[in-house]
Amino acid sequence: MKKTLLAATTALSLAALSPLAVSTAQADVKVGMITTLSGGGASLGVDVRDGFQLALKLAGDQQIELLIEDDGRKPENAIKIADKFISSDKVDVLTGIIWSNLAMAVVPKTVRGGTFYVSPNAGPSALAGKGCHQNYFNAAWQNDNLHEAMGNYANDTGYKNSFILAPNYPAGKDSLTGYKRFYKGELAGEIYTKLGQTDYAAEIAQIKNSGADSVFFFLPGGMGIAFMKQYAQSGVDIPVLGPAFSFDQGILGAVGDAALGVKNSSQWSKDLPNAANKAFVAAFQAEYGRLPSLYASQGFDTANLIISAAAKSDPSDKDAFRSALKAADFESVRGKFSFGSNNHPIQNIYVREVIKEGDVLTNKIVSTGLEDHQDAYAADCKM
Amino acid sequence: MSTLLIVEQVLNGLQLGVTLFLMAAGLTLVFGVMGLINLAHGSLYMIGAFCCAWVTVETGSFWLGLFAGMAGAALVGAILEVVVMQRLYARDHLDQVLATFALILIASEGTRWLFGDVPLFLDVPDAFSGTMELVGGLTYSKYRLLIIGVGLLVALGLYWLIAKTRLGMRIRAGESDREMIAALGVNIRLIYTIVFALGAGLAGLAGSMVGALSSVQVGMGEPVLILAFVVIVIGGIGSIKGALIGAILVGLVDTLGRVFLPTLFGLFMENSDATTIGSSLASMAIYIVMAIVLAVRPQGLFPATGSGHA
Amino acid sequence: MTREGWINLLILVALPVAALFAHINGEDYLTNLLSRMVILGLAGIGLNFALGFGGMVSFGHAAFFGLGAYVAGIAAFHAFDGSLFASIPFEIGGTNQMPAIWLVVALLVAVVAVLIGYISLRTSGVYFIMITLAFAQMLYYFAISWPTYGGEDGLSIYLRNEFPGVPVDRSFSFFLVSFGLLLVGLFLSWRFVNSRFGAALQGARMNPIRLSSVGIAPFPIKLTAFVISAVIVGVAGALFADLNGFVSPTTLSWHMSGELIIFVILGGVGRLLGPLIGAAMFVLLETYLGGITDRWQFFLGLILLCTVLFANGGIMGLLAGRAKHD
Repeated sequence: MKKTLLAATTALSLAALSPLAVSTAQADVKVGMITTLSGGGASLGVDVRDGFQLALKLAGDQQIELLIEDDGRKPENAIKIADKFISSDKVDVLTGIIWSNLAMAVVPKTVRGGTFYVSPNAGPSALAGKGCHQNYFNAAWQNDNLHEAMGNYANDTGYKNSFILAPNYPAGKDSLTGYKRFYKGELAGEIYTKLGQTDYAAEIAQIKNSGADSVFFFLPGGMGIAFMKQYAQSGVDIPVLGPAFSFDQGILGAVGDAALGVKNSSQWSKDLPNAANKAFVAAFQAEYGRLPSLYASQGFDTANLIISAAAKSDPSDKDAFRSALKAADFESVRGKFSFGSNNHPIQNIYVREVIKEGDVLTNKIVSTGLEDHQDAYAADCKM
Repeated sequence: MSTLLIVEQVLNGLQLGVTLFLMAAGLTLVFGVMGLINLAHGSLYMIGAFCCAWVTVETGSFWLGLFAGMAGAALVGAILEVVVMQRLYARDHLDQVLATFALILIASEGTRWLFGDVPLFLDVPDAFSGTMELVGGLTYSKYRLLIIGVGLLVALGLYWLIAKTRLGMRIRAGESDREMIAALGVNIRLIYTIVFALGAGLAGLAGSMVGALSSVQVGMGEPVLILAFVVIVIGGIGSIKGALIGAILVGLVDTLGRVFLPTLFGLFMENSDATTIGSSLASMAIYIVMAIVLAVRPQGLFPATGSGHA
Repeated sequence: MTREGWINLLILVALPVAALFAHINGEDYLTNLLSRMVILGLAGIGLNFALGFGGMVSFGHAAFFGLGAYVAGIAAFHAFDGSLFASIPFEIGGTNQMPAIWLVVALLVAVVAVLIGYISLRTSGVYFIMITLAFAQMLYYFAISWPTYGGEDGLSIYLRNEFPGVPVDRSFSFFLVSFGLLLVGLFLSWRFVNSRFGAALQGARMNPIRLSSVGIAPFPIKLTAFVISAVIVGVAGALFADLNGFVSPTTLSWHMSGELIIFVILGGVGRLLGPLIGAAMFVLLETYLGGITDRWQFFLGLILLCTVLFANGGIMGLLAGRAKHD
């Protein structure tokens, strides 16, 4: 019986010991980061976190206190952590979520409850239009943006018959919608693949026989790696277009030479010539010993946005802090950056090409796909 | 749709089926002989792919990598068998499911620990890169043909091993009566370890070969694992022949379903709805096939005979 | 009372006391964490009907859990914007009343469970494990690609559904409602074990041939137990949706089925409170291991593995000694 009591009390005291990252220093702004640090998609979360922490370090800023927890890419876990950050740790700002479905689980409730959320990666259309909110800021892009830029690029290049494919889930549909919003030519085919699919032989055979003059695909993570490698093996030589996700620094190494020459769209690239970006790329390499990715740049910008707001106002004054965030008064590594009426970015989207620098695959900017681009949903947003 | 395209899609289905067979063969052997459900079989597939990618990059030779993928997975399999699995043979399926589920967590996170967060690079060897022309103007990926060839060779080899060799005889004997064979003085422990390592090696081979075409990353084994389970259940658990036929059936249904279902629905509804509904149905197709097979034949298509396991 | 009885009592008293304590201290997060344990524990208790008592190793109970969650989500969705779920053959709108939702969950899950069970129970052993998994996977892929209710993005419940007379939008009230349902589940479970039906189910598990020889067909008994099990899991799913204010296809995934099995085994198979203890332990590990190391899944796996290998009988086995053989 003694043993049982002991076990029960341990369990209870464990439960009582909630805030693990207790800090004694009183900070002005408390930021809770919910991100994916374990399992298959961890590299994205790690990059966002590293970029964010680098910004804090460079700013030497004592005003920001950062708490980090791993969501394991499960929406229910993200909800639980958000609950802890908000009701137990009393954070002022939440950030960090990588995936649209996790953002949809956490963001609406968070911002309605009066806590700020700054998105470093996901921008689902449901949060940009009718579902927008004054406490929700997106420091990356609205989900459709990069795809729209690719659609516009296809027009500029003179493609008239695109074959488009994406996984069969909401972000996949958003992406093809985004491409079609700008692309003016015909469609040689439109396919939704199974989420998590790794064999694309059947789809590539369809592409080969479709008479298409270009292929646009959105297949994030391992799906894109598999598609590019198999496409290269298939002997089909129709040019490929896609958003940056399948051609970013973290993933190019795994795709290999199959990616060489592919055009992809991104709001950031490591060769953007502005001073903030040069400093960021150098500092990131010095700190972590690898080239920064798109996600790292977004984490870095998100941190700097929050720092800029913290310098101007106290988060307990919600209205002042909100206007300070909205002013976006920081040096973005992507150059010109401002918020539109729905708190989503107005920014350039560039077209990049995959090249080789020595032995390392990387991207260089070849043109500007869309200038000062704002998302299509802003008009529906009433704040 | 042209005949050529249909032939090509059938080849694609065959190639997927053959890959699944390499996975399913090990699963079904381990179940047939030891009565063990091994959810961690997908982790062995992943471990094989990582070993292969690592050795290929270090040595520059895909073939050395392929060998390493097989050997690495077999070695990990043998160690797992001795340390963990042996304790599970006498347990019920419930304990086996949980223990091997736990092994998935350990293997995935452990691999990430060793190799880092980003997917590894592994490419098709130069000799099999690109396409070749088959009869009638059909071109097809050389590497995919290689996979089909290797898979069919493995199927033949397994048949020979089990039907014609002394080891195979003992395996078959162990399948039907464990105590008897032990009483006859055969080292049943060793046979179990060998069978498990063999299954693991085949999973490693599959992981390495597919890894070159898809991506070598943590969690790559899970979707394949579920498909492999579907295969052995359709084929009849414990039967190599069943695994081969089940694998090819699943490969064809999955591939052809993905291609033709959206087209089929496009005949009588609007295009965007047809793609959505057709693709959804295509992702469910193999599970529907499995439910139908089991509803009609609860022991699968080729129930293994003489097995003591219900 | 036996040692296990004392432990059970202690746990059932400790849970509401802990929730009350958290509530008084304004720690809503801890109250919610306790609700989570209770709800997942209820799901485990439901699964235990099939798994522990009936020996039916279902690897697809996520189907019922997710179905319950989606019913709650969809009902709230239509109640929120006043739209109709269906207008043919007659008009069905949404509702935000929990009892009504639970009733719909129970009916719908029962129908689906009869269908799945009818086909699945023709098989046994690994075939049963895999066919139940197959049905859950069908629902999973359907939910991911079906756009009306969010697909993979899931569905938000903006206002928690209501329970007559109880302000369940407060964490502590919601805990009490969940805890009440848990007690109902436990009561059912306890009555069941000691009933003639329970004895027949045991017979169907241990010796189906002998059971048939005394004139009882095992199939209807097993099917009934399977359906009861599914309904309890479905109601737990509806509660889970309300706790999170969100429903997603992950509640239908095979990982969820695996976790439900973990609750049962971790706590101790065949113990009345086993699944609750297992669920509580799992939630604690998942929550606090992550704070210690990024590699928490590795250690979670190690702990689970060691429990199966060396602590046969789960946590309750360690605490209360070997189960009596019945």
